[in-house]
Amino acid sequence: MATYSTSEFKAGLKIMLDGDPFQIVENEFVKPGKGQAFNRVKVRNLKTGRVVERTFKSGDSVEAADVIDTEMTYLYSDGEYWHFMDPNSFEQIAADAAAMGDAHKWLREQDTVEMTLYNGEPLTVTPPNFADLRIVETDPGIRGDTAQGGTKPATLETGAVAKVPLFVEEGEVIRVDTRKGEYVSRVKE
Amino acid sequence: MTGSGDSGLWRPVAGADILRLRARMRGRLRAFFDASDVLEVDTPALSAAAPTEPRVEPVRARVLGEDRFLQTSPEFPMKRLLAAGVGDCWQLARVYRDGERGRWHQPEFDLLEWYRLGFDHHELMEEVEAVIAATLAPERPVRAAEYITYADAFRRHAGVDPLTAGMDELRAIADDNGLSSVPGLDDQDRDGWLDRLLTGLVAPRFAPDRLTFLYDWPASQAALARIDAADPRIAARFEAFWGELELANGFHELADAAEQRARFETENRARYAEGVATIPVDERMLAALEAGLPDCAGVALGFDRLVMLAAGADTIDAVLPFPFERA
Repeated sequence: MATYSTSEFKAGLKIMLDGDPFQIVENEFVKPGKGQAFNRVKVRNLKTGRVVERTFKSGDSVEAADVIDTEMTYLYSDGEYWHFMDPNSFEQIAADAAAMGDAHKWLREQDTVEMTLYNGEPLTVTPPNFADLRIVETDPGIRGDTAQGGTKPATLETGAVAKVPLFVEEGEVIRVDTRKGEYVSRVKE
Repeated sequence: MTGSGDSGLWRPVAGADILRLRARMRGRLRAFFDASDVLEVDTPALSAAAPTEPRVEPVRARVLGEDRFLQTSPEFPMKRLLAAGVGDCWQLARVYRDGERGRWHQPEFDLLEWYRLGFDHHELMEEVEAVIAATLAPERPVRAAEYITYADAFRRHAGVDPLTAGMDELRAIADDNGLSSVPGLDDQDRDGWLDRLLTGLVAPRFAPDRLTFLYDWPASQAALARIDAADPRIAARFEAFWGELELANGFHELADAAEQRARFETENRARYAEGVATIPVDERMLAALEAGLPDCAGVALGFDRLVMLAAGADTIDAVLPFPFERA
């Protein structure tokens, strides 16, 4: 059984707590000069998405979560589940809304995602950091105003809504940072 | 192996302005102690012995075929100087502690340590306040400090008496305040639970942007402080905090060689029980106590954290040229 010492704790590490897989979101080392050292961590339950705080005695070890990160190809959604395929084994797997989180907002068919599996079940789905998506609806652009700030909402082909600069127009393809849901640039076709 | 990904790591984290601030603050310390006629001294960083404290872990080194410890504080050699008659003395020492890394912790850091003959811990607390004020000004003006006993701080901020409360009471306070239980922290470890409440509940409620002196610690956490003659439940120990940031730890120093030896042995037994390597008792320090340590109070203050305050920095890394990962 693999374990991690508190000295290995850092954001992203996946550990088992109370029989569930968790991911460390934040790790803080707390120690009175002459007293007991603690690692105070914020951890996200990978099944429920809930973030809780836990404290460990520094130097103790925690069981590593036996989760697998793997690349998957997005196929389609049936409205309740999102279906993916392993590009190597061609095996198909369905993720529910809890595992999908916000990922569905940025996915087009055939896009590649990173999926975290626990006991063969999808826990989380992470879209590529950048997605190129076409604008299907936005207010008319204001010509000439290319330097000034100011944004407007634009609906993308996946249904997501992103804030874009005023000069961007309907029908154009834009690059979005999926981690923040923010406009990055126009994409020339 | 270092690849091209490391290419930026040769650069310092702290900029020239921070390095200049560090130098100015060292100058202010020197001016303060010169004006008070306190002698600047140097002691070895490579020592044959080390403090036995179970929760301070020294770094070991092999030098000229001998096992040595990098100093965790210059306390023991400075006490030997005091016993030899040098009088009031101070130094800014580089010290090393294994296992300590975080927002406020580096495995090596600068410790300002000084001793005052004829002072008790109350008189020294006032001088610590003056030293901090003189070193932080003008970058950060210091308002008058709050002074509170360890017991009163726990009563006020945690609603519990740390000197009398049972383990069930301490656990209940932690539960009521959303402090999760800690695996491996059991009922045998009452001081560990007090540390949990101090760091999780009491210190976070100290006034922000202000000094708090916490004094008269439980005798079980006396470290190198003498036990109060009138109340054996408390020790003549204090700590200084800025908000919840711990800055300094001081004692009305224990001068009794027999009691000091007994504490070293108790601490080594605690190390053994926790599966941590024991540490050779510092016989030269004990011999100095036997020869006679003058009545004095001493304190250690984290210099880098003082620089953090002056610079308005959130992390110790920000005020160092090369934090551990870039060393």
